[in-house]
Amino acid sequence: MTPAAAPAALAPRQDLRTANLLIGLAVALTLFIVVVPLAYIFWRALSEGFAVFAQNIMAPDTLHAIWLTTVVAVITLPINLVIGISAAWLIARFTFPGRKLLLTIIELPFSISPIIAGVCYLLLYGRQGLLGPALAAGDIKILFALPGIVLVTLFVTSPFVAREVLPLMQAQGSEQEQAALTLGASGWQVFRRVTLPNIRWALLYGAVLATARAVGEFGAVSVVSGAIRGQTNTLPLQIELLFNDLNIVGAFAAASTLTLIALVVLVLKTVIEGRTR
Amino acid sequence: MKTRLTTALALVLGLASPVAAQDAILNVSYDIARELFAELNPVFAEKWQAETGRSVSIDQSHGGSSKQARAILEGLPADVVTFNQVTDIDVLAEGGMVDENWREAFPNQASPYYSLPAFLVREGNPKNIDDWDDLAAEGVQVIFPNPKTSGNARYTYLAAYAYGLEKNNGDHAAAQEFVRKIFANVPVFDQGGRAATTTFAERGLGDVLITFEAETGGIARQYADAKLERVTPSLSVLAEFPVAVVTENAEDKGTADVSKAYLDFLYSPEAQRILAKNFNRVHDEAITAEFAANFPDVKLVTVEEVFGGWDKVQEEHFAEGGILDSVFVNQ
Repeated sequence: MTPAAAPAALAPRQDLRTANLLIGLAVALTLFIVVVPLAYIFWRALSEGFAVFAQNIMAPDTLHAIWLTTVVAVITLPINLVIGISAAWLIARFTFPGRKLLLTIIELPFSISPIIAGVCYLLLYGRQGLLGPALAAGDIKILFALPGIVLVTLFVTSPFVAREVLPLMQAQGSEQEQAALTLGASGWQVFRRVTLPNIRWALLYGAVLATARAVGEFGAVSVVSGAIRGQTNTLPLQIELLFNDLNIVGAFAAASTLTLIALVVLVLKTVIEGRTR
Repeated sequence: MKTRLTTALALVLGLASPVAAQDAILNVSYDIARELFAELNPVFAEKWQAETGRSVSIDQSHGGSSKQARAILEGLPADVVTFNQVTDIDVLAEGGMVDENWREAFPNQASPYYSLPAFLVREGNPKNIDDWDDLAAEGVQVIFPNPKTSGNARYTYLAAYAYGLEKNNGDHAAAQEFVRKIFANVPVFDQGGRAATTTFAERGLGDVLITFEAETGGIARQYADAKLERVTPSLSVLAEFPVAVVTENAEDKGTADVSKAYLDFLYSPEAQRILAKNFNRVHDEAITAEFAANFPDVKLVTVEEVFGGWDKVQEEHFAEGGILDSVFVNQ
């Protein structure tokens, strides 16, 4: 062993020890912060047997909450896609005064607490709110009904698609689109044959994130839903309700449903991430 | 099972309501009453059907009662409210949603049942906690939520204060010193009653949990393994559970009659029995005798008698810089 080789042989071993320590720490933290609580949800949900679990899931109110949450997600997704693509396209392809401002506004829901969104809608559309009297006169129900829940969910989820698509559009530039235009393609053809294929994975990724958020949203929805069970109670609200009622198995059964949805989303996200890279 | 599945499916698809309801009312209620009304509502529906030949469906909304009152003012279409705070119905009366004489519309000041702050202690009551003075003793850990955010804990504060006054012949300074000692024994102030229950029953913190007597039964049942024991102090504050028809909405929807009948029903022997079974105290004497084991003797005082009403309590005790702030030493 030459003297020069000794430190070289020692150094990586030391690094390895530090690395192992750090990896171990990260694994332990993940285990206790994420894995154990998630596993615990399923364990508690099934603690009184599968029959009780199934009975809790099949309780009409919980079933309706699952349905309502799905409806909200299905309605918000296409709207989010259209808004997200339009906004990203506008900002990436054009320069105009107020472009920076628009970008900031799009990202605003990220930094605003959802509860504030809920309260804003309450103050705007409520009976005592700015638009309240007009809505009441027309017998249009927004708050404490599906439209209100959809509106606040849109507010909270609106930045996701644009946020994912925009950087990609900016990085790719507009050469391909301009080439298509010079070759005589129409606007729609350019979008469908050039733009969309280029951004599709980012678009899908944004859609998955937005949907995950829509399904899990609690704060904003809790303000405008009115929590009428079997009518306007979404799955996260139903979980809180059951938990407050000391119906632990029911709460954990509902929570496990929500967790399952989240896990499916997570898998989708990982698959899509693999494709984008 | 098959019919249940079909009903569930129909519900899920939103195609059909379970029964072709002729009447439908929305009961907007406080946050921990879901099981209670889930038990009461079918009994009323049956009675209404027998009396009028009409079917009725009762929808429920549960949440913190101040939040619920706010939602009704903003358009939540409640036909009746069943709350745990008188002040929250007063807010609705001020907003013109509820008749201003709502307290006279039903017996017992429109409160079909009542409760009081009481204790839940560990198995065998190892610290011998029987009354409020035991909570001020050294080495006792007391659990109740933060009175700044929880109506439940405000009652606890008022009951402890009322006991302090009684023990010290109405000396306010001594009563405040007494309450301060109890507050100093609280290791953690949770946001609400549910969180305090978790702290006490699941985290195993503290020697005694203070909450409404109506809830001690349910908590003891839920955490049966822990063998928690219910203790009713010698004196406590009457906590009313007031009800009212939201006339503004009910008249609009044509549900005034069924709404009134629903609230009247809460005073009927059948309903009072269900209420008493769930550890709510009721005024029906026969029912009270039937469930005497649930309700040990206690001297009850009212907020009006001791503190001069809720407005005054708010101003003197709970407002910023009020008496609560001066005894709330370890917040």
